[in-house]
Amino acid sequence: MSEAAPPAERIGLARIFKAFFVLGATSFGGGVVAYLREALVVRERWLDDRTFVEGLELAQMLPGLNATNMSVYVGERLRGAPGALVACLGMMLPGTIVVMTLGVLLAENAKAWDVSSVLLGVGSAAVGLLLQTTWRLAKPVILDAFDVAIAAATFAGVSLLRLPLPLVLLVIAPIAIGCRRPRGATPTGAGAATTAGDGDAGGHS
Amino acid sequence: MLLLHVLGVFSMLSLLAIGGGAAVLPEMKSWTVGAAPWITDAQFGQIYSLGQLAPGPNMLMVAVIGYHVASWAGAAMALLGFFVPSGLLAFAAGQAWDRFAANPWREAVARGLGPMTIGLILAGAISIERAVMQGGGPLPYAIAAAVIAILATTRVNPFFLIAGGGLATWLARQAGIL
Repeated sequence: MSEAAPPAERIGLARIFKAFFVLGATSFGGGVVAYLREALVVRERWLDDRTFVEGLELAQMLPGLNATNMSVYVGERLRGAPGALVACLGMMLPGTIVVMTLGVLLAENAKAWDVSSVLLGVGSAAVGLLLQTTWRLAKPVILDAFDVAIAAATFAGVSLLRLPLPLVLLVIAPIAIGCRRPRGATPTGAGAATTAGDGDAGGHS
Repeated sequence: MLLLHVLGVFSMLSLLAIGGGAAVLPEMKSWTVGAAPWITDAQFGQIYSLGQLAPGPNMLMVAVIGYHVASWAGAAMALLGFFVPSGLLAFAAGQAWDRFAANPWREAVARGLGPMTIGLILAGAISIERAVMQGGGPLPYAIAAAVIAILATTRVNPFFLIAGGGLATWLARQAGIL
């Protein structure tokens, strides 16, 4: 099944929009990836597992949300630019309607309604969810001491030292990528990366 | 002018969001609460919490921040700014992606950026903790801990945990504990 050929018939834009609208309306709590795989690989069979994983790798590497990046990637594969547009709109529309309805009602009635107690619990649960997600994502990614050092340095730069994010990215990304550079290759223009040695710099901290 | 400012700030955040929406929360807070300031720290936390009640991509709440700044046009600018630049990048990169299938640098980038995004997401969680949970006593921390424990042991739709958290603090307020 994972070797299924790409669909031969042209998939209608309305069908793409509908599939992503349903995804956008039913996925909750940041676990969009699982919903995407279920819908796109298992149910619709628009993608095989390998294409899905490759798209996910790309979506995670690029800036932006996994959910919208994957919509663009899959939509583009199915129907080019119009496919990417309708997939992304379908994914965003239901949540936008909900969040704007709640947000506007709340902003206009801020004095009359006190929902701060409800939002306190909602936000607290969301922090728990986010920490659990971080843990789940970290398991396959944090493999040695160097990975721990990169994650810790990033966290410290943003959260403790409160440095501007562009600065943190510009310093840490070249070091992190440079130390994982393919064997035999020399990093171009990443001077800082040469200090930490090749390949697995296990004890670097 | 204000609309362009909203568009500019969220476009910049869009392109900085490596590792997803949570990764850029501290930077978003410092631009919308600290630099502008468009909303208060508490409003930022409340708007983020509100966004958790909506389905789909996690960061649609940027529209509500935009609404607080400049009504409906502000909401539209925040949405366009936050989702169009990264969307265009994903579109361009998706087309080029296959050509890099055999390139060894692809693995190096994925392997190198992975741990960095973990650090960014963790920093995002702490920035929400600072905006939402601090000053609320022990109950918010008990809720977060309960959510982590439940997710570690059972498979449950996260929406029920989010809603349950809201119900718990609402009941506590009604009972006069909070």
